[in-house]
Amino acid sequence: MKRRHFLAGAAGALMAPALPRQARAQYNSIEPLVRAITGGAPLRQGRVTLELPQLADNGNSVPMRVSVASPMTAADYVKSIHLLSERNPVPRMATFHLGPRAGRAEIRSRVRLAGSQRVTAVAELSDGSFWSASAQVVVTLSACMDES
Amino acid sequence: MVARLQIPKEARRGALIELRIVIQHPMETGYRHDEIGRVIARNVITSLVCKFDGAEVFRAELSPGIAANPYLQFYTVAEASGEFEFAWIDDQGKQGSERQSIVVR
Repeated sequence: MKRRHFLAGAAGALMAPALPRQARAQYNSIEPLVRAITGGAPLRQGRVTLELPQLADNGNSVPMRVSVASPMTAADYVKSIHLLSERNPVPRMATFHLGPRAGRAEIRSRVRLAGSQRVTAVAELSDGSFWSASAQVVVTLSACMDES
Repeated sequence: MVARLQIPKEARRGALIELRIVIQHPMETGYRHDEIGRVIARNVITSLVCKFDGAEVFRAELSPGIAANPYLQFYTVAEASGEFEFAWIDDQGKQGSERQSIVVR
């Protein structure tokens, strides 16, 4: 291999990761995703509590707690909870399916955040209503950005 | 895939019990590159199901938006003695499962 070819290839390899990084550093509206979930039904604020730290040092692992005020009986329960991100390359972070057996509509996990953003939780209840809550997180070190 | 369950061994009938699982898995996003610039293929656990004696208690669809070594905590009501079974699958089609029984009095 000629030296200039090697150099051109090496420069290309170094430049390549920079492009998607810029492409990803944008906010996307979660509106179409919400519409796909609700099917056009009204999305109301309340009943859902989404807890994320206000400041996350490392976006690779951010503790998350989502809960919905619901009696969780056979007649009135939470069917599913969707976790949506406006900045992650995959905006639908997770979907949790529950049932009356759950007893309490609460889930804890650890999420990845590709930068400071507003995270939204949308809950679908058994009566067909949709409820939502959001949390704003400042991320010091983003996830998904550590390619080198 | 190694996983660890934290489920009470016994419970009172009708009590709310906490189920916790952590699975050893890289949850590779598909957006990272190796030393020579090649994309590391995405490999995340896409689906996890928790069943109690065959009946679904909890199901999660996951994405790269969930941290490596995914941790999940949720609840169920202890109604009878039986066995909890967790099963999951990743992008490579690798399956994992873990089970634990509970005595309800």
